[in-house]
Amino acid sequence: MNALQVVILLLVAGGGLLVVATRDPLRQAMVASFFGILLALLFFVLQAPDVALSEIVVGAVALPLMILLSLAKVRGGQR
Amino acid sequence: MTRRTRTAMFLGSAAVLGAFLLWGFSGLPSFGHGLISAGEMLNRVSVAQRHITDVVTAVNFDYRGIDTMGEEFIFFAAVVGVALIMRPQPGEGARHVEDYAFGRAVPPTSDAVRVLGLGLAAPTVLFALYVVAHGHLTPGGGFQGGVILATGVLLIYLAGEFDHLHGLYGEAAVERAEAAGAAAYVAIGFLALVSGSAFMTNVWPLGTTGHLVSAGSVPLINTAVGVEVGAGFVLLLNTFLRQALVIRPEPTRTPLEEALNRSRW
Repeated sequence: MNALQVVILLLVAGGGLLVVATRDPLRQAMVASFFGILLALLFFVLQAPDVALSEIVVGAVALPLMILLSLAKVRGGQR
Repeated sequence: MTRRTRTAMFLGSAAVLGAFLLWGFSGLPSFGHGLISAGEMLNRVSVAQRHITDVVTAVNFDYRGIDTMGEEFIFFAAVVGVALIMRPQPGEGARHVEDYAFGRAVPPTSDAVRVLGLGLAAPTVLFALYVVAHGHLTPGGGFQGGVILATGVLLIYLAGEFDHLHGLYGEAAVERAEAAGAAAYVAIGFLALVSGSAFMTNVWPLGTTGHLVSAGSVPLINTAVGVEVGAGFVLLLNTFLRQALVIRPEPTRTPLEEALNRSRW
């Protein structure tokens, strides 16, 4: 395991904790998106570029977007 | 249950789970070593056997192509489920499409977002096509390319309005594309049966290693998956955006209001 892998593994561990510790769903969507990028980086330094590509688009874009749109829907119904 | 009992239960089960995890992890091969023999073998043989340079794609769409077909239909079923659950319900109506925010004014889309969105949309779509077409040569493939394609559509929404998307694609056409992509994967499997081999066998001419047209059925399946996943994600995006921006519950009326409303007409 080289230094880069260690650093990114630690970042992923920290990022995962941050996602759980963020209680406001709107902020959590943003933190989850950032966590998706960290995971993609981890896959990349572990020589799995195929999975990293999927993780970038799904974890960093598609998933947070769906959370955001669901939040917009739920909160929009309040007015 | 009191907080104390819950804490005790958590600590107890965490200790048991932790012990099992430690036991399991201690039996793992050390980091970066102990590749399973199938992986080592595939790394050696797949270039010669299938004229393919991305072994991950070779595994996904050839050696275990039938498993990937199952995964493909998991995605298909998920999209159909979302479209079904989020269809307009009785008692819901469409409203004028505009961005809004609860309790504050919406700032207009900035010029920077418009320029970036419009400028990046076409290169994103082109990159998506590249990722799909080169799935057997470099990292990527139908799934990755398909999702990237959908982010191109998202950029157009960010730069413009929700209504602009429907000048770009018809919803029915996207639904058909999704179904056709899923069906094409199965059809490629059946073509192998027709030729006298097992389902999903790579019976196509393999071509020259490293060329765009090579690796037999793999680029064909990648294209089918790219169409399916791209259309599926566009459909997901469309459904979520419509729910968030267009569909509103109709104002509920009390029976009295209902009666008054009727008598007025």
